[in-house]
Amino acid sequence: MKLVNPANKRKFSLIVVGSGLAGASASASLAELGYDVRCFCYQDSPRRAHSIAAQGGINAAKNYPNDGDSVFRLFYDTVKGGDFRARESNVYRLAEVSANIIDQCVAQGVPFAREYSGYLANRSFGGAQVSRTFYARGQTGQQLLLGAYQALARQIAAGKVTMFSRTEMLDLVLVDGRARGIVTRDLVSGKVESHAADAVILATGGYGNVFFLSTNAKGCNVTATWRAHKLGAGFANPCFTQIHPTCIPVSGDHQSKLTLMSESLRNDGRVWVPAKAGDGRKPGAIPEGERDYYLERRYPTFGNLVPRDVASRAAKAVCDDGHGVGPGARGVYLDFADAIQRLGEDVIRERYGNLFDMYERITDENPYKVPMRIYPAVHYAMGGLWVDYNLMSTIPGLFVLGEANFSDHGANRLGASALMQGLADGYFVIPYTIGNYLASTKLPKVEREGQDFKRSETEAGERTRRLVGNKGKRTATSFHRELGKLLWENCGMARNATGLKAAIERIPQLREEFWRQVLVPGSGSELNQSLEYAGRVADFMEFGELLCRDALERKESCGCHFREEFQTEEGEAKRNDADFAHVAVWEHRGEGKEPVRHQEPLTFENVHLAQRSYK
Amino acid sequence: MNLILMVWRQAGPAVAGRLQRIEAKEISPDMSFLEMLDVVNERLTLAGERPIAFDHDCREGICGSCGVVINGVPHGPRPGTTTCQLHMRQFRDGQTIVIEPYRAKPFPVLRDLIVDRSALDRIIAAGGYISASTGSAPDGNAMLVAKPKADAAMDAAACIGCGACVAACPNASAVLFVGAKISHLGLLPQGQPERWTRALDMVAAMDKEGFGPCTNVTECAAVCPKEIDINVIARMNRDRIGAIFLVARRSLQADTV
Repeated sequence: MKLVNPANKRKFSLIVVGSGLAGASASASLAELGYDVRCFCYQDSPRRAHSIAAQGGINAAKNYPNDGDSVFRLFYDTVKGGDFRARESNVYRLAEVSANIIDQCVAQGVPFAREYSGYLANRSFGGAQVSRTFYARGQTGQQLLLGAYQALARQIAAGKVTMFSRTEMLDLVLVDGRARGIVTRDLVSGKVESHAADAVILATGGYGNVFFLSTNAKGCNVTATWRAHKLGAGFANPCFTQIHPTCIPVSGDHQSKLTLMSESLRNDGRVWVPAKAGDGRKPGAIPEGERDYYLERRYPTFGNLVPRDVASRAAKAVCDDGHGVGPGARGVYLDFADAIQRLGEDVIRERYGNLFDMYERITDENPYKVPMRIYPAVHYAMGGLWVDYNLMSTIPGLFVLGEANFSDHGANRLGASALMQGLADGYFVIPYTIGNYLASTKLPKVEREGQDFKRSETEAGERTRRLVGNKGKRTATSFHRELGKLLWENCGMARNATGLKAAIERIPQLREEFWRQVLVPGSGSELNQSLEYAGRVADFMEFGELLCRDALERKESCGCHFREEFQTEEGEAKRNDADFAHVAVWEHRGEGKEPVRHQEPLTFENVHLAQRSYK
Repeated sequence: MNLILMVWRQAGPAVAGRLQRIEAKEISPDMSFLEMLDVVNERLTLAGERPIAFDHDCREGICGSCGVVINGVPHGPRPGTTTCQLHMRQFRDGQTIVIEPYRAKPFPVLRDLIVDRSALDRIIAAGGYISASTGSAPDGNAMLVAKPKADAAMDAAACIGCGACVAACPNASAVLFVGAKISHLGLLPQGQPERWTRALDMVAAMDKEGFGPCTNVTECAAVCPKEIDINVIARMNRDRIGAIFLVARRSLQADTV
């Protein structure tokens, strides 16, 4: 790996899009090294990026509890948890740097949970049999993000980072085939302008909002990565979308988003449904013998702590069989009665108090007294832009970090691994790998007045004019809901060829209706949330098709991707390693043309490929 | 339920605003406050009117984006609850609800209910951090933190930076926000080296942004959705006074050398 001389770093300018764990940690670390950084976020402050909502914790192979953890075990668990669809080398590096992340965060003042002795505390999480998760109550993401945000703020004050809040990236700009800048819209004034740089880093999160209802923040979108894809960046495994098992169920048609209840709750909560289908009694009235603790029954070794994909499918299965509870019978109980009896209400309150409060505010039910009702919801995108070991996409000079890339989680992410990956990429990977690119590439100076920039600006302006000039009859929300429902039904927890083909046929029609009928009030030259949203929905309309296409072509079940045609007799996911032990990388070939599916073979030198078993 | 909304409408920072009466019919009590606004906005859009602009993002009470003044109270009637987590079952059928943006000079209105809170970011940039550049950290367990201290730091660190404290204060003071950050970092051993300069710099930045002084009204803590303890302000003042003495002592020492 080549290095950039310390005195020369300030001569390189870098653009970072996104200010979540990956974007903020990268911006701060690169600025500390001396690079000239510009960071962009659509929120009013970088502190609001959706990493802040992560609850449960962050994994690290510290082995503080002396329970046999190691870098290799974290690596192994992550590859296995991802159902053998992640790249070994990347995951190993992730496990290696995991311990450094904890050290870094402690030094920044992240108030991790402590034992009475003053030492750092750990808890266990799904998919692992060691306690390697560090946490700050139920607000780990918030505390880690504030740590990164504060490091970023320090560099802003030092003049090393220029921060652009309330600024949305509309397009990427290539010059001579390399990523050299972006086109943005100032969300307050509406001004569209260009920014030129030596390299562009996307840390723009996942695309779960394509389903409309998800645990993502309302503003989360696919625009940055999708625009890059249309300019040549390969999109890897878009069908790998994690459905999180413990969310508050949908309460009605007005629902705008779904709220996650941390997976850590499964440490002490027991999941059950009435053994008799259609049992309408209140949970307290159902005696112990007439309850089905289906996770403990089906998976005695891991019990309630099976990985997310397994827990979600099991919940769907019992609800499909008529055992579901609550409105629409789409819910299962997560019961803390045993834990409260064993440990006392105070202990449970200390561990999960804020989550219980949140549950009560949303549902008007007291989870200390009656079991929570939970149901799976779209949560995290394992798929994303394809990157090499150095986190560079197929476009030279375009780097992709955090949830926006595809690299580390395979077909299923383990709990407490997203925070680990976002911070690993930002603090400990990109600072080294980007130097290699900058030092080994001839980068002639580009001006934002250049024709490549002007062309992108014109196109972006044209799109805006088309949206606001449309004067249609339907709101962007109604289109988004329709798209989301279509995807949830045909490309959600279970998928089959018939449904996927139907969705692939329907989405282009819906897209066409969108452009013809969408109604966007106001103009492009002012603060206009309807316009921002319509632009994001327009990109979801294109991306959703690729999601289904990828799901159709992956003729196996693995991790979150459950194709009904491919399952074992017990209804577990059945992989096809002979034909599908690879990353699917999609290439955009232009409007109206079929995308091309490339393959990156996955070779497993250190982990033995095996049927995942949590029984 | 049917409600009458009196909503602040303002097209931009430079133009005058006014309260607009909007009827919100057939609202489900299970909706969140923002979902109620979503429904109203869909109807306004279809009726050819401009929807109400309001900040929001995570809708889980943690990002700090949302925050409007509901019947005179930032984040509305339910204690310890952000606007996005407030549900319509807290209101009565037929009730009139007045919805306004945060009112404070350092928070100019951008449009309708959206205000510019970037002053809070600038206060953090003035010193609300621990200078620990990436790569130099010792092992996480090298420095122990007693659990009560770690817990108290976490209590203060729970601040979501929504700005409700400023909106509730008759002086538009940001001391609860500033005190929370000073307490979070000042309680931890890692935060000691910069403790005194942090207090001076952050308070100076707060003053420069135009936030008012604290006169112990304590409205800030009453409306804080994360229930940040009022004692963080005392801690802020203690660190400031300590810093002033420390600076005086240092300058005396410098004179004698």
